[in-house]
Amino acid sequence: MTTVVRWAGNIAGDPGIRSAARRYWPYVALLAFTIVLPWLFYDWSKARHAGFVVSLLSQMGLMIIFALSFNMQMGEAGLLSFGHAVYLGLGGYVTIHVINAVRLGQFWLPMELMPLVGGLSGLMFSIVFGYMVTKRHGTAYAMITLGLGELVTAAAVMFNGFFGGEGGITANRILKTSLLGLSYGPGIQVYYLILAWTVICVLAMLLLTQVPLGRMANACRDNFERAQFVGYDPRMVRFYQCALSGFFAGIAGALYAIDYEIVTFDAVSAILSGNALLMTFIGGVGVFWGPIVGAVLITLLQSWMSLISNAWLIYVAVLFIVMVIYAPGGVAGLFMAHVPIWRAGRLSALAVPYLRILPPALIGVAGFAGLVELTYFVTIGSGQGKTLNVFHLAINTSSPAPWLLASGLLALGTTIALSQRRAFTTVWDELAEHIRTKERG
Amino acid sequence: MELALVTLLNGLVYGMLLFMLASGLTLIFSLMGVLNFAHASIYMIGAYLAYQISQMLGFWPALIVAPALCGAIGAAIEMYGLRKAHRNGHIAELLFTFGVAFLVEKGVQMIWGLAPVPYRVPAELNFALFTIYGTNFHAYRGFMLLISMLMFLAIWLMITRTRIGLIIQAALTHPEMVAALGHNVPRVFTTVFAGGSALAGLAGVIGGNYLVTEPAMAFTMGPIVFVVVVFGGLGSLTGCFIASLIMGFVQSFAVVFDVSLADLLAHLGIAVSPENAFAEVLTLPLPRIAALLPFLLLILVLIFKPRGLMGTRDT
Amino acid sequence: MQTPPAVVLHDVHKSFGLTKIIQGVSLAIPCGQRHAIIGPNGAGKTTLFNMISGLVPPSSGAIELNGRPIHNRAPHEINRMGLSRSFQTTSLFHRLSVFENVRCALLWSRGYRHSIWHPLWRQHELNGTAERLLDRLHLRGRRDIAAGLLSYAEQRALEIGITIAGGADVILLDEPTAGMNRNEADHAVALIRQVTEGKTLIMVEHDMNVVFDLADMVTVLVYGRIIASDVPGKVRADPQVQEAYLGSPVA
Repeated sequence: MTTVVRWAGNIAGDPGIRSAARRYWPYVALLAFTIVLPWLFYDWSKARHAGFVVSLLSQMGLMIIFALSFNMQMGEAGLLSFGHAVYLGLGGYVTIHVINAVRLGQFWLPMELMPLVGGLSGLMFSIVFGYMVTKRHGTAYAMITLGLGELVTAAAVMFNGFFGGEGGITANRILKTSLLGLSYGPGIQVYYLILAWTVICVLAMLLLTQVPLGRMANACRDNFERAQFVGYDPRMVRFYQCALSGFFAGIAGALYAIDYEIVTFDAVSAILSGNALLMTFIGGVGVFWGPIVGAVLITLLQSWMSLISNAWLIYVAVLFIVMVIYAPGGVAGLFMAHVPIWRAGRLSALAVPYLRILPPALIGVAGFAGLVELTYFVTIGSGQGKTLNVFHLAINTSSPAPWLLASGLLALGTTIALSQRRAFTTVWDELAEHIRTKERG
Repeated sequence: MELALVTLLNGLVYGMLLFMLASGLTLIFSLMGVLNFAHASIYMIGAYLAYQISQMLGFWPALIVAPALCGAIGAAIEMYGLRKAHRNGHIAELLFTFGVAFLVEKGVQMIWGLAPVPYRVPAELNFALFTIYGTNFHAYRGFMLLISMLMFLAIWLMITRTRIGLIIQAALTHPEMVAALGHNVPRVFTTVFAGGSALAGLAGVIGGNYLVTEPAMAFTMGPIVFVVVVFGGLGSLTGCFIASLIMGFVQSFAVVFDVSLADLLAHLGIAVSPENAFAEVLTLPLPRIAALLPFLLLILVLIFKPRGLMGTRDT
Repeated sequence: MQTPPAVVLHDVHKSFGLTKIIQGVSLAIPCGQRHAIIGPNGAGKTTLFNMISGLVPPSSGAIELNGRPIHNRAPHEINRMGLSRSFQTTSLFHRLSVFENVRCALLWSRGYRHSIWHPLWRQHELNGTAERLLDRLHLRGRRDIAAGLLSYAEQRALEIGITIAGGADVILLDEPTAGMNRNEADHAVALIRQVTEGKTLIMVEHDMNVVFDLADMVTVLVYGRIIASDVPGKVRADPQVQEAYLGSPVA
């Protein structure tokens, strides 16, 4: 399928055409929405915030920072890292020790500036580790970061003083050192702290895509040989870019420490690093706001889907694989691919092809989900004495009927969807060609 | 002394098991440039399939069927997934194999549960082969050695005596050239991938009951196999062999000797007091440090000596 | 004191394994000269370029740029010393726009280094220079298109533009008109002549018209050895060259 996206020179869109607030009202509206959001779930009768919602939103905030920092390496510089959580975790550990020290009165630091502690320690570690790690790029870099992540996790067991062993390090975040007079005990206050820092970090990372280092990171990603012949040492560009990404990961780590009041090995684990990859990739590596979407999506899936189905990780894995092959630009990439078509006013031409391909695809997905849930239930669920319910209908998993139904849906759905694929691609390519010729003028 | 000999034998067994896994991976990596994250996953599938088949039909049928199934799975992964991901570049291929590894782990958890499964050594082989200095050498280890040696011989014969083996040898060091010469490179790729997967599956069959069979086994074995491949060097099966044995010996010896740096220093007359800032590191027993060694080695080799021991190409 | 020659090769050898690609090449190219290197395929022309630009180290021998040794330096260091090159297979930043490509080529020479404190949209002088260069390349209309989406001839023009943008005074062009038709090649030659005014130009070319149009001196490389190095007219008439490369004269 041909791509129609015109990369307008950089990932975020050239702000060289800056004009008035008219351009920025969507972002202001979005910001207002996030400020108001927890109040939509406020329990007015009990005068209490919905703890679950506030906690979820806080997690989304710090994951947004984490995912964007990961994309500074992956999308901007073309570096795939399997050990990014190292900087979040180490930043978190340092922060939580500092919080404890402030609590004991060893020195004074307002909570509002606490994330900088995480940021600076993340930066320090990313400079120390990064100097060696960025000697290579590509697959070697991926393997080195994998090794580094495992090394830090293994070493964490060795330094009980700093890492606190299996139990981790805990802290009480009520410090009474706030510049605004807040205690940060209630979750809602932490949410606004995280929100403020998320906005700061998003803006900072956005700005960093518009400076020489950021642009050359893009250039080295596209063609490191050519970058050499415009005077840049790709290795130094990589190093600086990675160092900065560690800074922001450290900020996320500090917010993690403040929010959860505990930091354990999970914070440096390969699983969290894998999470960063998942969020960023599914959201979209080629567009600045892709990781934001990915972080929100995956965090939502994590909380919501895990309540519905225990096999939700399988769905995420399948989604990931399908996207790697068919939609490597992620959700944001898919969205942006439609923008030129919308601009050309031809979006409606896709209505019928989508109507032809989406329903069978959804049926296929339903069939797959059915099989997964049945299998899951048979192996794990039944042992727990539960019954499988779909829309309040009890399902008898020992009879072949549900299995045949699910398999049938899967087979039928995917066959029809695949058969429609050719027709869909034809329409898409026609539109792409049409737009290209219009551009050629 | 006895300990050393027994540990040596154990190291040999473990090393040969590693070679079974690493040889397939190094062939795939050298040939196709793909770091196959899912390789250890297929090892895990081999072990689980063997467990399942042994429950139904017995160990010996499992020994044949499980690797064959793994080979088929490998071929399917290559033909229907990897080839498509290849269009989007090397990173996409890496991500694809990562996704497969992730999916396999969750799938295994789903089907067989989170706890280890009781995949046991078959009764026919459950005896002591011989005794050295009072320690038994288990017959099953002998069996493992036998199978891995046979495999090694088979690979060596195939690579050096068959036509496809010659092509693989050439493609190991000069992949682009082989394509330019008109060989059916996709078919070679699929064959190598399937062969490597079958080997990994076989390693799972014989290793799964020697070590433990659980959903995390791919995740724990995977990085060690990467280290062996990188350490041995790309494009060299001999290097891979040597690296596997070295890794096997190092891991086996490290687990056995429960000493720490502090103990060594004490021998030299230097006492390490608990207040010493480095006390935590120095009093670590060797087995704990052994867990770090593979990763440290991986990083050092990749940064400073990308060709590894005997590699012909950079990683 | 005489200015040293722009590029000097002292008895340069290069072998890959047992295969000898370059066998004892010595060449001195004075400043400001337009020098073409021609020869049959496999003669080692691109290898020579790769050695001069630092991508590949010579097996033996020395290479100097403006009197300073460069044969053991990294490509970016050589570039900063004033040498820039284009590639036989177009080498651009394919996901960045045409404008961004040119701007990136200007960054180092304008002293921006790895700065994070200079928002690019506020660098008016830099942006102005980039726009003017776009005009010279006749690529103004394609300013915001991703480089990877340009037509072949446009990409080649952009390639030349990026090569000279940084202000290097020794320019290496590797088959700049490869794959172009007569018309496009003429445009390219006009562009090359214009942008390399006053600079040292070393060019690998197969198109004899271009060579004889542009070059002050021609060196013929066959099987890694120089068999002739002279003004175009004399090289064309050299029987050895005709036999090895040009073919015998048609009546």
